[in-house]
Amino acid sequence: MSVDIKDIIKPENLVYKKSSVLTDNVMHYCPGCSHGVAAKLIAEVIEELGIQREVIAIAPVGCSVLLYNYLQVDWQEAAHGRAPALGTAVKRLRPDRYVVTYQGDGDLAAIGTAETIHACNRGENILMIFINNGIYGMTGGQMAPTTLEGMKASTCPFGRDLEHDGNPLKITELIAQLPGTCYVTRQSVHTAAAVRKTKKAIIKGFQNQKAEKGTSFIEIVSTCSSGWKLTPAQSNKWMEEHMFPFYPLGDIKDR
Amino acid sequence: MKEIRLMKGNEAIAEAAIRCGVDGYFGYPITPQSEVMETLMALQPWKTTGMVVLQAESETASINMLYGGAACGKKVMTSSSSPGISLMQEGMTYLAGAELPCVVANVVRGGPGLGTIQPAQSDYFQSVKGGGHGDYHLIVLAPASVQEMADFVELAFDLAFKYRNPALILSDGMIGQMMEKVEMKPYKPRWTNDEIEQMHPWATTGKPENRKYNIVTSLELDSARFEVFNEKLQRKYQQIRDNEVRYETFECDDAEYLLVAYGSSARICQKSIQLLREQGIKAGLLRPITLFPFPTKEINALASRVKGILSVEMSAGQLVEDVRLAVNGKVKVEHYGRCGGMIHSPEEVVEAVKQKIIGG
Amino acid sequence: MAKIKGAIVVDAVACKGCALCVEACPSKTIGLAKEVNAKGYNFAYMAVPDTCIGCANCAMVCPDSCITVYKMKVAEPA
Repeated sequence: MSVDIKDIIKPENLVYKKSSVLTDNVMHYCPGCSHGVAAKLIAEVIEELGIQREVIAIAPVGCSVLLYNYLQVDWQEAAHGRAPALGTAVKRLRPDRYVVTYQGDGDLAAIGTAETIHACNRGENILMIFINNGIYGMTGGQMAPTTLEGMKASTCPFGRDLEHDGNPLKITELIAQLPGTCYVTRQSVHTAAAVRKTKKAIIKGFQNQKAEKGTSFIEIVSTCSSGWKLTPAQSNKWMEEHMFPFYPLGDIKDR
Repeated sequence: MKEIRLMKGNEAIAEAAIRCGVDGYFGYPITPQSEVMETLMALQPWKTTGMVVLQAESETASINMLYGGAACGKKVMTSSSSPGISLMQEGMTYLAGAELPCVVANVVRGGPGLGTIQPAQSDYFQSVKGGGHGDYHLIVLAPASVQEMADFVELAFDLAFKYRNPALILSDGMIGQMMEKVEMKPYKPRWTNDEIEQMHPWATTGKPENRKYNIVTSLELDSARFEVFNEKLQRKYQQIRDNEVRYETFECDDAEYLLVAYGSSARICQKSIQLLREQGIKAGLLRPITLFPFPTKEINALASRVKGILSVEMSAGQLVEDVRLAVNGKVKVEHYGRCGGMIHSPEEVVEAVKQKIIGG
Repeated sequence: MAKIKGAIVVDAVACKGCALCVEACPSKTIGLAKEVNAKGYNFAYMAVPDTCIGCANCAMVCPDSCITVYKMKVAEPA
C-alpha cells in the first residue's frame, strides 16, 4: 500500500524545518560549503534555547564575513582576527548577554592568534567557533596556518613544504592547555551524526556561558570544495582521509 | 564646595573618566601615559560605578575591545602614546567606518619609530587627516592644561556620541606628566542598559522581537551604495566643521604678528607673546582647541589683520600646512618647531618671530 | 504493524545542487533533477519518494537549509 505524499506533507508530520532564526537570504557560500551547516546549527541552538534576545554575535573577515546576513541576532563585524577582542569587551560590558564569535582558520589562527590565545587565557566567558578548512577561501585558496603538509594552495602550489612554509598549527590543542578554557572540542559537520554532535557541542558552549565557566572553544573541521578543487562529496572523503588524522575529532577538554 | 586636586594630566584623564560615567577602559601600558591605567586600576571603579577596566594584550586588542564595547552603545575609551596609537590605526578606521563613538587619548612622544619617550607634537597629521585607510576623520581635541585633560574626556564623549564618530584627545608627554590643580566634576551615573537601548537604537544590545536585528559593520560590497555611505560620512564631517570649531585667542585684538600653536606649545607661546610685547612687538596667539575641525575661518580672518604668522609646534612642520591652507596666501606663514622630544623655549620662539616673520 | 513513511520538500530556488543530501540519504530517495533552477543548479528532489523514511539526515547536512522533512506512521495490512 502506498501513501500519497500529500498526506505526509502536513504540519502535524513536520520533523525538520529551517530555523526561524535564519533569514530568507540565500547564503553566498559555494555549493556544499560547511559554513552553511555551521551557521544553521548556531541558529537552531539559539532558537531551541530561546535566547535570540540575549545573543550578541561577532563575525570575522573571510568567507563568513557576511554571516550577519543569515542569522537574525545582533551582529558586530570585526576587523580580521579581532573577534575575540570584541567579544571580550561585549561580554564584560554586557555579562547578561550570550556572546558567540565565529572565525575561520586564517582569522583565528594566523592574524588573530594573539587575540585568540589571550581571550582564552583570560577565560572570557564566551563561545568561540572556529571553522578549519585548511585554506583561505575568500581570497581564493591561499595557504592557511592549518594547511596540511603536502596540501596544495595557491601560495604553496606544489604542496605545503614544512621546511619552506613551516608547520600546520594545531591551535585547538594549544588552546586546550590554557586554564581559561572550560570546554575545547573538535567536531565536523559532514554527516548527519557529526552534525548532531556538533549541535550538542554548541548547546554546551551556550550553557557554559550561563554557568559562567569560561571560554568554550569549538573547532569544526570543514571542507572547502572550491579551494580544494573537489566536489562536495569528494571533499568530505578527502577530509576524512587527510584532515581527520591530523586534526582528530572529539573533546580535548571538558570541565 | 569645589573639589580641587593636584594631579598629573594622565591621572586627570582617569579620574574624569570615572566621574563622567565611562563604562569601559581597555588599554596597554606605554610611556608616557601609563598612569592612566595605573590610576584606574588603583581606584577600582568596577567596585563603585561599575566601570570595566582591562589591561589588554596589545594596543590592537585594546582598540578592538573599544569597537566591541562601542557597538553595544557603551561609553568606552583607551589611551596610549604614539607607537601604540600607530598600532591602533586599523581599529580607528574600522570604528570610523562603522560610525562608532569612542574616545582615544594620545599622550604623544617623539617619533618616528620607537623614537623617544619625551614629548612631541609630531602625530598631528595622523590625528587630523585620518590616520588609517579610507576617507575619514576623527574629532580631535587638544588640551593645553591638566584641567583640560580632565574636562575634555566628557567633551570628547559628548561629541563622539553626538556624531557617532571616534574622538581623539591629542596631548603630549608634557601635559600627561605635568602636575597642576584640577577642579573635579561631580560623579555622573553610567547609562543603564535600558537607557542605551532608548538612546542608541543602532547598538547591538540583543535583538528584541519588535525590531530588526542590528548589524554594526564597516563592510559594503556594493560600490554604488558604499559611495552613498561615504558621501554621508563627508556630510557628517562638514557638519562637524560647521558646528564644533573651538579655539582660544590671546592678545589678538591689536596684534600685528600672529602665533598659531596648540597644546603645550601654546602654553610656551603665551610667554613668548609677553616677551615680544615687552620688546614693543605686538604679537597674539590663536590656540586651536579642536584640531579637527580646524579653525580655518578664524585664522583666515586674523590673517587679514596681521603682517605675518608663525606656526609653532613640537614637530618638523605639520600644523603649519593647515595654517597655510587657512591663510591661503594672504600673508607669510612660517614654521618654527623643535622635534625628537626637544621642547622650544619662549625665547627661541621670540627669535623665530624676529628672524622668520619680521626680518625674513 | 506500522511503517514509517517520510517525505521531503526541497526549496528548489535556494538549492545549489551540492548533492550532500544525496550522499547522506540512507534510503537512496534523493537525486538531482535533470532541470536546473534560476541559478543553473541541478536541484535536489525525491527521485524515489516511496523509500523516504523521514530520517532528516539530508536536512541535517544541507548547508543551505533548503530541505523540510515530514514523517508519519502508516498502518500496513498484515
